Amino acid sequence: MTAEISRDTAPDLWKPNRDRSRLIEGIVKVICGAFAAVSIITTLGIVATLFFETLSFFGEVPFWQFLTDPKWTPLFASKQFGIFVLVSATVMISFISIAVAMPLGLLSAVCLSEYATPRVRKFLKPVLEILAGVPTVVYGYFALLTVTPFLQIFLPGLKGFNSLSAGIVLGVMITPMVASLSEDAIYAVPQRLRDGAYALGATKRETVTNVVLPAALSGIVSSLILAVSRAIGETMIVTLAAGANPTLGLNPFVPVMTMTASIVQVSKGDVPHGTIGYQTLFAVGTTLFVMTLALNIFSFWFVRRFREKYD
Amino acid sequence: MQDTIVMTSTDFAIQAEKVSVSYGSTLAVKDVFLDIPKNNIVALIGPSGCGKSTVLRCFNRMNDLIPGARVEGRITFNGQDIHSKQVDPVQLRRQVGMVFQRPNPFPKSIYENIAFGARINGYQGNMDELVERSLRGAAIWDEVKDKLKESGLSLSGGQQQRLCIARAIAIEPEVILMDEPCSALDPISTLRVEELMQELKQKYTIIIVTHNMQQASRTSDYTAFFNARATEQGGKMGYLVEYNRTEIIFQQPSQQDTQEYVSGRFG
Ligand SMILES: Nc1ncnc2c1ncn2[C@@H]1O[C@H](COP(=O)(O)OP(=O)(O)OP(=O)(O)O)[C@@H](O)[C@H]1O
Ligand SMILES: [Mg+2]
Repeated sequence: MTAEISRDTAPDLWKPNRDRSRLIEGIVKVICGAFAAVSIITTLGIVATLFFETLSFFGEVPFWQFLTDPKWTPLFASKQFGIFVLVSATVMISFISIAVAMPLGLLSAVCLSEYATPRVRKFLKPVLEILAGVPTVVYGYFALLTVTPFLQIFLPGLKGFNSLSAGIVLGVMITPMVASLSEDAIYAVPQRLRDGAYALGATKRETVTNVVLPAALSGIVSSLILAVSRAIGETMIVTLAAGANPTLGLNPFVPVMTMTASIVQVSKGDVPHGTIGYQTLFAVGTTLFVMTLALNIFSFWFVRRFREKYD
Repeated sequence: MQDTIVMTSTDFAIQAEKVSVSYGSTLAVKDVFLDIPKNNIVALIGPSGCGKSTVLRCFNRMNDLIPGARVEGRITFNGQDIHSKQVDPVQLRRQVGMVFQRPNPFPKSIYENIAFGARINGYQGNMDELVERSLRGAAIWDEVKDKLKESGLSLSGGQQQRLCIARAIAIEPEVILMDEPCSALDPISTLRVEELMQELKQKYTIIIVTHNMQQASRTSDYTAFFNARATEQGGKMGYLVEYNRTEIIFQQPSQQDTQEYVSGRFG
């Protein structure tokens, strides 16, 4: 018995143009590669610039002085370069902002994914994402002209420029990001885990707090870390509302200067190119870069370490 | 056409009278009568989509959690209507436990997987003892006793399923619902779960959905055969064909459909 394969069409109707497909594949590959290369080269260029300019900065200012000086006065006659003056302001404001964004963002995420009906969720999620698109300068003036005067009613000692209202408004600004990303993480928790909890006689709250949130933990933490790096790098709000007065310490009621605000000050002023004052740009930029990089590496590690795999 | 058996004993754990379930506007199962005797294993069999899982989920009101699902008819648990106002579904689910088709341990330690249910139900006794007793009860203690702190997800599929059974018996329900508990398991794990069911039967009433005819005939005391027929709207509607002692269903069923299904000549 010979197995004769019968076809419905004549073989000469099938003429794949393999050469042309291969050529197109090749061209697509080159184009994609070129675009990928642009972003990689840009990143490398930024890192290299930061690195070499920072090196020459530390050629003039000892690293030890950078870490221990109690003041930040690179543009004054008596120059001091205590980076912690700026770091303390940035850390404090980021801390306040995350203290606002974490409860607000997480609670809205839980409400959206667990309590809202599908129709409400479908409507509110995009609204939340639009909120993330409000220009930061608007938030900045909101902090300066609305939140600060309002807070001064209760806190008479509060200065016109301060970390508190900058931090609060910054927190409001990053809340949609926390909410949206955490909501994705919570939504991705498989329904059968919830069913498992309900089948044991768990209430909705018990299910959410004991099963759903722990299962979404890695996604929630990475959303928080992403939000913190966003807060650390945020410039407009802190420049407008927290002032430009380098102060060491963690007092949220007085004007301070964050790392980003110091970069604004140097780059918008007429500080001559090549002077030590100008080079602080890169020293501060590198510090900022190292901080956010460390956070992102931590988040990467955390997600890999704690992510639960549900096939 | 319904072939309801007359039991001499009135000892039923669950009774379903004329139960129909619809999802949205489509009727999924219609007019099911089912009496589940205590300390027995009842198997629900039938082709895919005939509503076995749907019926099973009625008994612990898991259908409440599905938007659009509606259950009609009367279901009693120990003589009480489970849809009456006095019955809290959360409380009902404590007494009517469930094991799902796909093992679904929580992403917590093995210990916490067991302790969770006990804790939310206000268990005041010694937790270590309860965890050990439940894991022994589910025949998995020896395999996990040295790694109680490890994640439940680190176990094999078969172990995960027995962990889920342990989790279900930890809260000491009266009835355990099992929806194809062995469908993701290898033959050896399947056999262990079946042996386990025979032991659990002493203390619990078990309702199991299965596609495995041998499993139904090996393990169960009663078998309910469900089928589905096409409706005018073009959908499918499930119904109970026949319910009787397992040996009768498998050896001399009264319905032609049942005969064809259990002998594998179904089409
Ligand atoms: N959550 C749901 N929403 C809408 N329809 C559903 C839902 N669950 C089940 N159905 C419908 O109800 C009918 C019965 O489904 P069910 O899952 O109970 O069948 P089954 O007998 O368990 O099938 P299988 O053996 O494949 O598990 C099917 O037509 C299905 O489409
Ligand atoms: Mg099913």
